[in-house]
Amino acid sequence: MADTKKEIKTGEPLIEVKGLCKSFYGNEVLKDITTTIKKGEVVFVVGPSGSGKSTFLRCLNLLEQPTGGEILFEGTNILDKGVDVDKLRRKMGMVFQQFNLFPHMSILKNMTLAPVKLLGVPEAEANKEAEALLERIGLLEKRDAYPGQLSGGQKQRIAIVRALMMKPDVMLFDEPTSALDPEMVGEVLTVMRELAQEHMTMIVVTHEMGFAREVADRVMFLDGGDFVEEAPPGEFFTNPRSERLRSFLSKVL
Amino acid sequence: MNWAQYFSPEQFYINYIADDRFVTYILGGLKTTLLITFFAVLLGIALGFLVGTVRSTYDKTGRLKILNGICRVYLSIIRGTPVVVQLMIMYYFIFATPDASKVVIAILSFGINSGAYVAEIFRSGIMSIDQGQFEAGRSLGFNYRQTIWYIILPQAVKNVLPALCNEFIALLKETSVSGFIALQDLTKGGDIIRSRTYNPALPLLTVALVYWIVVTFLTAMVGRMEQRLRKNEKR
Repeated sequence: MADTKKEIKTGEPLIEVKGLCKSFYGNEVLKDITTTIKKGEVVFVVGPSGSGKSTFLRCLNLLEQPTGGEILFEGTNILDKGVDVDKLRRKMGMVFQQFNLFPHMSILKNMTLAPVKLLGVPEAEANKEAEALLERIGLLEKRDAYPGQLSGGQKQRIAIVRALMMKPDVMLFDEPTSALDPEMVGEVLTVMRELAQEHMTMIVVTHEMGFAREVADRVMFLDGGDFVEEAPPGEFFTNPRSERLRSFLSKVL
Repeated sequence: MNWAQYFSPEQFYINYIADDRFVTYILGGLKTTLLITFFAVLLGIALGFLVGTVRSTYDKTGRLKILNGICRVYLSIIRGTPVVVQLMIMYYFIFATPDASKVVIAILSFGINSGAYVAEIFRSGIMSIDQGQFEAGRSLGFNYRQTIWYIILPQAVKNVLPALCNEFIALLKETSVSGFIALQDLTKGGDIIRSRTYNPALPLLTVALVYWIVVTFLTAMVGRMEQRLRKNEKR
């Protein structure tokens, strides 16, 4: 759905996280996280609330400034001074728990603002792309509506395609269904599932264990800022190695 | 004391008609008052916008520390002293030259004064926008300035528009101290009539009525605008 023409070479590392640390006022939220996200990989990050999983995700596009370690995105350490963070973020789409659509703009404007202003895409062309994406998620008739007129599920689907308008190399999802009424979760997961099938690289922080089991290539477990273990979903859910993961799974499954 | 004596037909004649007093002092004074207010409002918006943006940028990011310090001194001085004192210092001390136009000095004084209040209105408007809006803008690749400009300010301005208009209505009344630098605004105009006709009632009540009409009219307009904004509220 993002850019079907883009050639996907699965297997090459896209993001390499090395010894990532983050503390807030001396309070360690992330402790020495090391992992590699490969192109086309769908990685789910799960863990109890307060485990640092959202902070981990937000460190990847520097919405939080890490206090230690390295993050290599497409080979560049994005924590180096002189790295253009704004340019980098264009390649990393992000979807928030609270949608964060711009309430003063129509849906179409929400989607076209960034590509028009930042990538110099002509407005007519951006509109066409936006309409094509809206059609795919079945919300074309909402093109001129305002965010306040949409349901939560519709808002979140718009937020996803808004991020896709920048043709990102990776999509970060920060608890995308946590603020939704249960009956709206499905429609958002459907869009995410389609994205995964199109080999978009995705990092998803979520509490939807069933969805993780179905869609993930790999599941990471964070607890108290520690990266406790990771495994493909089959193994992760049926054969957890650590006591901490076993105890977590027993509470959520 | 018989108040009726101040409202006799002769009194109407000498206070309004004789020497074209109503036209010269009341209407002429109103024109000056509106002129000062209008340009002071423009200056106040420009200044307040700049200062408010600097202040909220510092609050949000910790950048612009020195500029923020300067802005705080400005706010402290302006909000900590009476506007009439600021006006007199401007006229007698800073511009201290008979060539300077009193109207221009009044516009500068009231504009600089209003800017301080407008700045805090703007700042509160910017700070009231949800942090998620910033993050959404930044995560799409907008830099800080673009995020403020495209995403935060349009929402903030809409939120503070009523407060802003009320500030300007207050400013209109504040310009009534212009007489302290012998500027013939509406208040001073009424006072001049009073001093010529020895009628303490008619001219001053007329002045009050004119202010009331203008302020009530403007307040009603703000009220209608607020209603319209609420109707457009598509959140």
